[in-house]
Amino acid sequence: MCGAKRMSPLERFLDTFLNPRVIGKYWPDILDGLIVTLELAIAVVVTGILVGLALACLRAVGIRAANIAIVCFADILRSLPPLVLILLIYFGFPNIGIVLSGPMVVYVVLSLVLAAFAEEIFWAGITSVDKGQWEAARSTGLGFAQTLGYVVLPQAVRLTLPPLANRAIAITKMTALGTVIGVPEILYQATTAQSFSGNASPLTLGALAYLALFLPFVVLARWLETRFAWRKA
Amino acid sequence: MKRPMLEIAGLFKAFGENAILNGINLKVPTGELVFVIGPSGSGKSTMLRCCNRLEEPTSGAILIEGTDICGLGVDINAMRRKVGMVFQSFNLYPHLNVRSNVSLALRKVLKLPRAEADERSMAALDLVGLAQRADFFPSQISGGQQQRVAIARALALEPKVMLFDEPTSALDPELVGSVLAVMRDLKASGMTMLVVSHEMGFAREAADRVIFMDGGVIVEEGAPEAVFGAPKHERTQAFLSRVRG
Ligand SMILES: Nc1ncnc2c1ncn2[C@@H]1O[C@H](COP(=O)(O)OP(=O)(O)O)[C@@H](O)[C@H]1O
Ligand SMILES: [Mg+2]
Repeated sequence: MCGAKRMSPLERFLDTFLNPRVIGKYWPDILDGLIVTLELAIAVVVTGILVGLALACLRAVGIRAANIAIVCFADILRSLPPLVLILLIYFGFPNIGIVLSGPMVVYVVLSLVLAAFAEEIFWAGITSVDKGQWEAARSTGLGFAQTLGYVVLPQAVRLTLPPLANRAIAITKMTALGTVIGVPEILYQATTAQSFSGNASPLTLGALAYLALFLPFVVLARWLETRFAWRKA
Repeated sequence: MKRPMLEIAGLFKAFGENAILNGINLKVPTGELVFVIGPSGSGKSTMLRCCNRLEEPTSGAILIEGTDICGLGVDINAMRRKVGMVFQSFNLYPHLNVRSNVSLALRKVLKLPRAEADERSMAALDLVGLAQRADFFPSQISGGQQQRVAIARALALEPKVMLFDEPTSALDPELVGSVLAVMRDLKASGMTMLVVSHEMGFAREAADRVIFMDGGVIVEEGAPEAVFGAPKHERTQAFLSRVRG
């Protein structure tokens, strides 16, 4: 395009990463991607944490068969790279008659992966609460679920918030994997625009979009870590 | 003779192969304080914990006002309301203030509205002399005060029997007196109490009967003067001479 002109290194850098013409043309696409990523991220975080919490509570009930199943689920999903699962479901499931859209596959896989990690984090929190707390509560006539809900979880959750926030951020960032199956999220929009324009500026925009989305949560996680550096009475 | 408030009949408890309680028979008449002593590991805590089914008896019966609490179809949570328990380690809820520690079960078990639950909590805290600490958190009050809150938490449910498992063993010596004073008041108010403790002085003045346990059985029982003054069994004599140093 402007290859004929001799450019200084700084000009070349700016032209490559912050080309105003390219940015002007493609920023609406990146914004569309931002919205898709945001929607996916919210859905994954809500689903993953709720399912993880439910599994940890179920594990606290102490039914042997259920606990074995939960531990297998958690260990398998924490071991597999999410990209493998995404490709497996997106390309494999149609052959057994289950066709899921790209965004749906990313949503399901990342929710399950987050649920697996969240379950382990909540479980660690629940087991860290002294046995005496259970006994005191039960001895006043509170039932199992009431004891869990009013006595144990409020204490457990304080300990779990920082690792949970960090894990949720790490997994929602993986929405970028959707790009390999055509989910129109930030990275997909950015790489598409980059190949059309032959310029890296859309990728810069994409990076800025990720920063805008995740930096507040990273700061929040940092704040949670200091806020809940909480000692037992 | 009065029907006992609490009766333990033929109680056996084993953990796996390990027999811990080997046939306990004990009656606690209404309004009496039965004081339990015995070496560490003799099964005192296990016996107490069977009385509100924190441990399930292997066999035997626990009767509260003549009703077997281990029977089929017993509502365990309703039953536990009748049996207050105070633990060696207090076990207050650290995330709740003193008032909420007491009112939680009132609101969630008795389903009282908050205002009524708070009122009843304050009355219970008043009994243990801690109404003015209602807005403090457990970590902000002394161990003795924490244990008195734990007593108030149990009392607020208006139990028929109170079980105490070494309530002063975790306390600094200067804080023991305030907890014993509350227990003395409770006894004076007519509460039925089963107390595991090493506070022999308290037993002498407040106990109606003293039980000496060893190896999961009751070895000796009698009035405090008799058991402390003239123990009949060798094992009781050996234990008493050990704790007296
Ligand atoms: N949950 C349990 N599982 C296995 N053994 C236990 C359990 N609870 C208590 N025991 C054993 O039972 C014995 C009696 O314990 P305990 O009732 O606490 O005695 P005490 O209160 O008189 O010191 C101890 O040897 C203890 O190790
Ligand atoms: Mg004990």
